[in-house]
Amino acid sequence: MNGPTSEHGAAHLSYLREKRGLKSWLLTLDHKRIGVMYLWSVLIAFALGGFFAMVVRLELLTPQKTLIDADTYNQAFTLHGAIMIFLFIIPAIPASLGNFVLPLLIGAKDVAFPRLNLASYYVWVTGAVLALVSMVTGGVDTGWTFYTPYSSTTGGSVSLIVLAAFILGFSSIFTGINFIATIHKLRAPGMGWYEMPLFCWGAYATSVIQVLATPVLGITLLLLIMERVFQIGIFDASLGGDPVLFQHFFWFYSHPAVYIMILPGMAIISEVIPVFSRKTIFGYKAIAYSSLAIAFVGFLVWGHHMFVSGQSELASAIFSFLTFLVAIPSGIKVFNWLATMYKGSISLEAPMLYAISFLLLFAIGGLTGMFLATLAVDVHLHDTYFVVAHFHYVMMGGTTIAFLAGLHYWWPKMFGRMYSEKLARWAAALVFVGFNLTFLAMFVMGSRGMPRRYYNYLEEFQPLHALATFGSWILGLGLVLILGYLLGSLRKKPDAPPNPWGGKTLEWTAASPPITHNFEQVPVVTRGPYDYRPVEGAP
Amino acid sequence: MKWLRSVLLPAEGSQYARQVDDLYMFIVWLSVFFFVLIAGLLAFFIWRYRRRGPDEVTPHITHNFKLELTWSIIPLILVTILFVWGFHGYVSSVVPPKDALEIQVTAKRWLWEFEYPNGSRTINEMRVPVGKPVKLIMSSADVIHSFYIPSFRIKMDVLPNRYTQTWFEPLQVGTHVLFCAEYCGRAHSDMLAKVTVLSDEDYRKWLEFGDETSEQMPLKELGAMLHESRGCDTCHSLDGSAGLGTSFKGVFGTRRRLADGQSVEVDENYLRESILEPQAKLAAGYQPIMPTFQGLLREREISALIEFIKAQR
Repeated sequence: MNGPTSEHGAAHLSYLREKRGLKSWLLTLDHKRIGVMYLWSVLIAFALGGFFAMVVRLELLTPQKTLIDADTYNQAFTLHGAIMIFLFIIPAIPASLGNFVLPLLIGAKDVAFPRLNLASYYVWVTGAVLALVSMVTGGVDTGWTFYTPYSSTTGGSVSLIVLAAFILGFSSIFTGINFIATIHKLRAPGMGWYEMPLFCWGAYATSVIQVLATPVLGITLLLLIMERVFQIGIFDASLGGDPVLFQHFFWFYSHPAVYIMILPGMAIISEVIPVFSRKTIFGYKAIAYSSLAIAFVGFLVWGHHMFVSGQSELASAIFSFLTFLVAIPSGIKVFNWLATMYKGSISLEAPMLYAISFLLLFAIGGLTGMFLATLAVDVHLHDTYFVVAHFHYVMMGGTTIAFLAGLHYWWPKMFGRMYSEKLARWAAALVFVGFNLTFLAMFVMGSRGMPRRYYNYLEEFQPLHALATFGSWILGLGLVLILGYLLGSLRKKPDAPPNPWGGKTLEWTAASPPITHNFEQVPVVTRGPYDYRPVEGAP
Repeated sequence: MKWLRSVLLPAEGSQYARQVDDLYMFIVWLSVFFFVLIAGLLAFFIWRYRRRGPDEVTPHITHNFKLELTWSIIPLILVTILFVWGFHGYVSSVVPPKDALEIQVTAKRWLWEFEYPNGSRTINEMRVPVGKPVKLIMSSADVIHSFYIPSFRIKMDVLPNRYTQTWFEPLQVGTHVLFCAEYCGRAHSDMLAKVTVLSDEDYRKWLEFGDETSEQMPLKELGAMLHESRGCDTCHSLDGSAGLGTSFKGVFGTRRRLADGQSVEVDENYLRESILEPQAKLAAGYQPIMPTFQGLLREREISALIEFIKAQR
């Protein structure tokens, strides 16, 4: 791609420096600044959710009470789940990194609706504050899934945190609407759909799910609040409702939401692997369409969370088969990424290390998904640590690792600084080892029958629990290290070149950090996003 | 590879568990194959195609239709096999044999209650005979629970508004753990029960004579317990107040007028008859609504109830 950097670059200050003062940030309409505000916010949420994870893991070091009582433990795992899902993973990639890079990737000045973008951020903040308030005013002990009738009858601030999740849903919908409009309308001249970087396809598929599925969660959560507050019998059997109905409604959103979480992660990997292999992506259309396929089939598999819920056997069979179908486009992506590396020129800087971690961990997450899609085996594994391990491999080993890949990949672009490559490699190794120690053991525990959400457990599981707790410390150390060197890099003088990794997508033609309007001139696209063939006539 | 199976999975308590484990292990090996394939290619490419210089030029390979078709179709075939195999096993786990022994299960925060065909009840311990299919008809008294016995590889949610069922057929005499697998609040992780698989003879003996504790209980105490646990107290008060049935207070030794105009002395034989055949000599002024307890009470329990009623002066 040829995106000429300006000869008048000195005339424009970077988006970080053009305006100063708190107000210029809080009222900004610049997608980059909103992305940065989102980034710090979701990182705070990640730290908080991580804190609860460490508390849970520490409590589980011994079979009986280690640190906290059962009620506190139940609140800790509930908040870990709710914070990580609603405040971190769902907005992490689209709203922070996506907000920052999507317009840059397609050569646009901003997103289609900058005000809606800012509104989405403040809606998120409102939801986050309400969630925090619910924590200190009575707490919540329902698990992040809010299953009825437990959630409609237990004490605590359930209504408040449910309201928070309802509000957070709108922030997610706003981002989705914005991305869809941006991708449709604001692509640079010469950029057709198939010249878009693959991140945009992933973001597009994600946005479609956000817009279509999130309202169902909103309705469900409102019904739950109405049941708690006005005693309207919808889900509570003692009021004449049906508890399984809640599960259908809940998973109708929350399963597609799993793809809201993983598709943007896959989208980042599709950017990183070609750049660090210095080779064009293998099977562009297959990767693009597989994102759409996953988004579509993802709407039809919610019943696989309910194989033992009492739903009809026929429904279970259909959901089982459709669930298996998701494996096909996911597999296609993995094989395409591998094929991209074939005959490449591979270098192992931090973003690529995370992309490789992603490939290995996501492979495990995906393969263990086959156990759970298989009806007879799932009956045994459902609601055990096997499920816990599986979704952590996908959500943490997949999405969060991809988030870290993206963060390391675009950090120089976002802040104009290079971080310490040496520390970054150490941290990537610590995260990889710690993560596997923590969660690999859980596959065995779950297969042996260890149920999830247990405060006390049988003695026989202690060695594996201890291993998992030990692993969580290494993982935590790795994550703290990342935060340390990233923050440290901000204290240095700007030193990042416009294109530190040799990327061919448009964001690398902008300055690091970019100017407020992103590009000095509107870029005109004449080559594909991953075209590493030598430019003819170039020196 | 038996050792791997015994490391990954708990002991197999039923034939069905064996079937599930065969499938589980098949998926393990399938996963190992694909993981080794992916990780192996990854490692090989990283080493073989490591960057050797700053200006390395790579071939421009955009796609390969045949290859992409291959890695779409082979997984599709494999997952179809898994689906069919898994569905097959699942069907046998949800359809109990017709002659299965039925046990009613009630889950409530935070205990399990079991009721057997003869009316015996146990709490947090389920006793079953070896080698016979056992069907469980389950409901919850409050929130959702889940009935999970890892050794039998069965799990089924227990709901407050409908019955769910599952079944198993234990292979050997022994004990197994029953977990609640659906989060249900403070003592969720203590909502465990013991599953005791007895020989056919021991099971029948237990059904007939009860377990050791009730065997050693004095008759009057046992009667008091049964008066509550078998629901006598729903209709028969102990304080003389009228219910759906006569009060037990001072009833023993009196003469009762019967619905057909005759009268009878309330003695041991009359009480025994009324428990086993309640409508044979119906007391005047009462509806014929009491169910028979024929076969639901052990011999000693009938005596215990009679002793208990005798003691209500």
